Amino acid sequence: MARSKEAILALVCGVIFGVGLLLSGMTHPNNVIGFLDVAGNWNPALAFVMGGAVITHGLLRRLLGSKPNTNTLPPTSARWKGMWPGVNPRLLIGASLFGIGWGISGFCPGPALVGLGILTSPAHALPVVTFVAAMWLGMRVYHRFFRTPTAR
Amino acid sequence: MHPFIIASIGGVVIGLSATLVEKWFSRVAGISGILGSLSTATNTDSDRRFQIPFLLGLIGTGFAAGFWMPATLPQPSELRTLVWLIPAGLLVGFGTQLGGGCTSGHGVCGLARGSKRSLVAVLVFMFTAAVTVFVLRTGGF
Repeated sequence: MARSKEAILALVCGVIFGVGLLLSGMTHPNNVIGFLDVAGNWNPALAFVMGGAVITHGLLRRLLGSKPNTNTLPPTSARWKGMWPGVNPRLLIGASLFGIGWGISGFCPGPALVGLGILTSPAHALPVVTFVAAMWLGMRVYHRFFRTPTAR
Repeated sequence: MHPFIIASIGGVVIGLSATLVEKWFSRVAGISGILGSLSTATNTDSDRRFQIPFLLGLIGTGFAAGFWMPATLPQPSELRTLVWLIPAGLLVGFGTQLGGGCTSGHGVCGLARGSKRSLVAVLVFMFTAAVTVFVLRTGGF
């Protein structure tokens, strides 16, 4: 693909993703926390977001001829290999840590990045910018100190 | 329009983006992966030719919202204090890299592809997030 075309298409994908996030309401931590607040005032909206996204992507990619699962898998302990390919302690611990951070803040990476748009009102921007900076730092710490050749 | 319908449409649009990313670039539209890969030693120029414009498009859309529809962005009243947001950010950053994905990577792309690994990841992070919310609510935070 030509470089300029590649850049434009990638930009377009990012814009569409951002529009989807804005429409979905995931840029509002209240909606996310409300969905996770299963024992309290439950807001199921996020289920509709996930459902819409998974069904759309799942159907479209099959219609366009994609294979079911094309990633190479990281190591799994032999005991679990048959039933749970690719499930290992890193996955479990990583997902747990992400879940805790998500539960505290109501932010996952996508909405946090879109949320940087709040810099247009600079007086209100510090919390989102701080979160994104901390998230970036957490990512860097992982890749600098914890990544191994076999893990991703 | 009912909020659930708008939310569903948002989901459909996200799913569309993920499909385009896969179709045009053979990549997973997992934001934690796209952003996190920038930190790795193995990230290539070819990778960056996708990642940078994609992230600019994503963030740029947020800025457009900031100018024209700021109510769609996180409102100050929804945000925790920095004392909470800093560790939360660290956990999200570190955890998504260790776990290999987030709500878009594992949740949207992984589930859409029928990945058992992603299903496990989604169940785990949904559960821990819900427990976290419960504990914080119960603790009065």
